[in-house]
Amino acid sequence: MTPPPFTRHAGRVAALPHANVDTDQIVPKQFLKRIERSGFGPVLFHDWRYGADGSPDPAFELNHPEAAQATLLLAGANFGCGSSREHAVWALREYGFRAVLAESFADIFFANCCQSGLLPVRLGTGEMRELFAGRYDLVVDLAGQTVQDAHGFRAAFAIDPYRRDMLLRGLDEIGRTLLEGDRIAAYERSRA
Amino acid sequence: MRTLFEKVWDAHVVHRLPEGPALLYVDLHLVHEVTSPQAFEGLRLAGRRVRRPDLTIATVDHNVPTDDRTLPVADPVSARQLEALAANAHEFGIELFDLASPRQGIVHVIGPELGLTQPGMLIVCGDSHTSTHGAFGALAFGIGTSEVEHVLATQCLVASRPKTMEVRFDGTLGPGVTAKDMILALIGRIGTAGATGHVIEYGGDAVRRLSMEGRMTVCNMSIEAGARAGMIAPDDVTFAYLAGRPRAPEGEGEGGGFRRAVEGWRALGTDEGAEFDARVTLAAGAIAPQVTWGTSPGMVVEITGRVPDPAGFASAAERQAAERALQYMNLKPGTPLEGLPIDRVFLGSCTNARIEDLRSAARVVRGRKVASGVRALVVPGSQQVKAQAEAEGLDRVFREAGFEWRNSGCSMCLGMNPDVLASGERCAATSNRNFEGRQGRGGRTHLMSPAMAAAAGIAGRLVDVRRWSAA
Ligand code: SF4
Repeated sequence: MTPPPFTRHAGRVAALPHANVDTDQIVPKQFLKRIERSGFGPVLFHDWRYGADGSPDPAFELNHPEAAQATLLLAGANFGCGSSREHAVWALREYGFRAVLAESFADIFFANCCQSGLLPVRLGTGEMRELFAGRYDLVVDLAGQTVQDAHGFRAAFAIDPYRRDMLLRGLDEIGRTLLEGDRIAAYERSRA
Repeated sequence: MRTLFEKVWDAHVVHRLPEGPALLYVDLHLVHEVTSPQAFEGLRLAGRRVRRPDLTIATVDHNVPTDDRTLPVADPVSARQLEALAANAHEFGIELFDLASPRQGIVHVIGPELGLTQPGMLIVCGDSHTSTHGAFGALAFGIGTSEVEHVLATQCLVASRPKTMEVRFDGTLGPGVTAKDMILALIGRIGTAGATGHVIEYGGDAVRRLSMEGRMTVCNMSIEAGARAGMIAPDDVTFAYLAGRPRAPEGEGEGGGFRRAVEGWRALGTDEGAEFDARVTLAAGAIAPQVTWGTSPGMVVEITGRVPDPAGFASAAERQAAERALQYMNLKPGTPLEGLPIDRVFLGSCTNARIEDLRSAARVVRGRKVASGVRALVVPGSQQVKAQAEAEGLDRVFREAGFEWRNSGCSMCLGMNPDVLASGERCAATSNRNFEGRQGRGGRTHLMSPAMAAAAGIAGRLVDVRRWSAA
């Protein structure tokens, strides 16, 4: 799958200030039976988003009026821990998020984000605290590796050059690896 | 001087990409029904094939019913996913252990059982508990569906080299204390993100003395500590487990394939003096049976402990998480864990549903009855484990005590099949995740060892198996 390129994105934030949000919460298991990559946006955070009767829970952060139309998610530390389900990333993307900003991410979730064009942005503890304190519009610039707002907030973030390049150009990683076919074949011969 | 991890990593580097990460060769790719359909669809859309179907093995586990298997799968959506895997395996020439196979089981149970999992291998699967296979000295980790597609198409994976962490369990475990308690104690110590970005290598006397089943339990939950993988250097225990397994190298005699393989495997251990990026040491003798009280595996205390007071946590984030967890779990600070009434028992999952786990639970259960009002379930990790347990008469021990005896699958570990907790039910579980709603919306999970869960089922409340078993 080729992800859409990500260069720079300006958007509204939604804040979910809980640590250790696991992928079981992002997409509960009852929705993992789909065999398509689509259809997960409507069930994003299902059990938090909707009450047992199916109506939206007004207390849930993404249901707050100021989170409507948000495209940037501010999350707590160790976001995306637990199950490897990439469905979690597909759901966040389909719901409309282009980037997730957190102090830290679980490893598999971080890799899945890069694969499906959802930019994971790691910021410092203090920077995240400042963002949670009320920044509603941010610009995330992958090319420049910065997050800024119109009121003087500016933070730089690190991402490894390979992932950055893949996201910037929306590369098809499989196509790229297939170009190494000779090397792979040589490796296979060397071990035979 | 290199660590076990470094040796296995280095041996699988096909090519270093100019931007830093490595192209790694995958020796064994395990596939299950939930995280693979979109990957196969991706291959089809791009007109790609599976590069090495011979290194790819599929099974069904997450979705499968664990009751009567002669009936069609009742849930049409589950059935569709199971059918999709069968069709994909057929189309791309991949061996599949389906519901009819006597070898079917949880992917992380059947890999080792078949002897597919071997020391020094690089193993991946679209499942976070792939770390289980590290118990054999393999480098094994979970990947997402896009990466599953990448491995199917190229037999390779692009990955940046993780850091290394050594975790030592020195000394000897006390009676009634198990591998599950070791790993829960570690997670309690370092936290659920304590090993993020690292591959853990477990060592020390207490690890060396564990059976392969116990080692798998420890490596399995490495992911709950945030680790990319967990590994244990192979030794005679490992080789004895593998000898004679259907897919292990053959020939144990002089010059035989298995003998030669063992010689190579012996060289995998971490060299004296090799450096780790981080080190943690625990005294095995100080570990008591562990029970989780909250909604994250790091929220764990000794069975003799009490539900903590959120006010006692250092950071605001931890306080808030603890408060939220207590509300979900319907627990008050200061409540002793011992004596907490339970409604359900789940003996199963890739963490604790191997034969040794069932034996240890059966020892507790034998001649007793499940407390009235408690529903208890045993779900063997594979059909082979089930057959072995039946040959040993364990099924009768469980049934006579009032446990339900099921076919293998993930079952109530994640409740994708009909085995789920009802809202508000409290469960003593041998699985690995106590997340909100994991076992069913509103369900409350307490993680513990098989002996502790079995004892809880008999007593109808959480008990300290060390004192209880004498009673
Ligand atoms: S038993 Fe549970 S943790 Fe293990 S593979 Fe199945 S669902 Fe995942």
